[in-house]
Amino acid sequence: MDGLGASLLTAVDLIVHLDREMVQIIVLTFQVNVLAALVGCAIAFPLGAAVAVLRFPGRALAIALLNAGMSLSGVVIGLVVYLILSRSGPLGGWGLLFSPSAMVIAQVVMITPIVAALTCQTVADLDQKYDEQLRSLGAGRLRKMLTLLWDGRFSLVTAALAGFGRALAEVGTVMIVGGNIAHHTRVMTNAIMLETDKGDLPLAVALGIVLLLLTLVVTLLIEGVRELASRRYA
Amino acid sequence: MRSATASAGVPGPARTRDLEHAHSLPLAVAGLGYRVDGRELLVGISFVVQAGSFNIILGPNGAGKSLLLRLCHGLLRPHAGAVTWGGMSAEAARPWHAMVFQRPVMLRRPVAANVTYALRLRGLPRAQCRQRVREALEATNLLQLARAPATRLSGGEQQRLAIARAWALQPEVLLLDEPCANLDPRSTLDIETLLRALHARGTTVVMTTHDLAQARRLGERVLFLNRGRLIEDAGAEEFFAQPQSPDARAFLDGKLLA
Repeated sequence: MDGLGASLLTAVDLIVHLDREMVQIIVLTFQVNVLAALVGCAIAFPLGAAVAVLRFPGRALAIALLNAGMSLSGVVIGLVVYLILSRSGPLGGWGLLFSPSAMVIAQVVMITPIVAALTCQTVADLDQKYDEQLRSLGAGRLRKMLTLLWDGRFSLVTAALAGFGRALAEVGTVMIVGGNIAHHTRVMTNAIMLETDKGDLPLAVALGIVLLLLTLVVTLLIEGVRELASRRYA
Repeated sequence: MRSATASAGVPGPARTRDLEHAHSLPLAVAGLGYRVDGRELLVGISFVVQAGSFNIILGPNGAGKSLLLRLCHGLLRPHAGAVTWGGMSAEAARPWHAMVFQRPVMLRRPVAANVTYALRLRGLPRAQCRQRVREALEATNLLQLARAPATRLSGGEQQRLAIARAWALQPEVLLLDEPCANLDPRSTLDIETLLRALHARGTTVVMTTHDLAQARRLGERVLFLNRGRLIEDAGAEEFFAQPQSPDARAFLDGKLLA
């Protein structure tokens, strides 16, 4: 009990005094995951819309794959990206392994199917309602996809948040390709694991508290803006 | 040729459509058939629509009116027969047409942007769009709502916006699928006034309805549809005074058609 109380106190102290190591870890965590979420969405929105709107052979399989991709194991993704980026791998020449860039790439691979599957669902639902009207007005397939993405924007914000949240919570992917190197590739989830293992509970608890709070604040902020904006069109 | 003056109370550009040189008219429907899961929903429908006419497709629910309209607009492909507009396929003729649906889709953007969207799709330059949008919203009495979110409008206002969209496109042919089915009498009157104004500008109108009174008020010609077949094709006065078929007589007498 004393141990927990002392850890909590030290944790609060670290947070209040903005401990340098802690801040560094937090900043890197957000850099990696925000960038990964942005790149992931840039791929997933058009991909999801295309699968929803276009009719091509193997479309059912594509939808099934996207949905399966939502529950892909982070460790397996990490392993695959590791193999691709390692010295002997096809992209080994880039020398990205154990760098924040490698972590971004792995997180993009993990986020993209999640956001794409949710986008596909949203756009397909809208398409059912809009299809005849848009064809009547003369919209081609590309214009139709753009229109449906824009009209589905409130749901897509939630899809993007789901991807971002998943990335933020991920341990294995970033651990494998990043290597959990101090001051270089150490993100919050990895640091919490490591410090807990080492028995340095205060930093682990401090990071845990900050991770929860930041996740909560970011989600509430974005959902709040979304809610306000969508109410206008309710 | 029809006079170009818009009817009283509805502002609009005085513009005569050159009916003799319409690109996409006449409409010729020949031997049209459509079926779903082996069930014949439309059988052997043939008729011609001339430029400048006001045509009502009349019939009870389930007669196949909406289906016929969608086939004419090229949204569905027929299983038998053909639809040609001035020799063109329905898809090719679509740029000269506009359709107003029973439940029009409102894009999640402001009222004016809903009209602009349609005009931009037809390739109208931005500068011209503004003028046309203004005209269309003025004509449909929606100008004061131009910046309001379209999805927040009432049913009647949404239907007026759908007509504004069509008005702005200045189509040769306006297709309407039960545009007043969910509206109160006041909104219905507004829509009918707009349709008369559009027709007065030279727009050819093809409209479905199950509302006898509305068909009487608006139609020049009635195509009476029942159970997927074209039962009668006659001038409106003639149709209402002397229906030829037992089905039409039963429908006019308010007896349900099974």
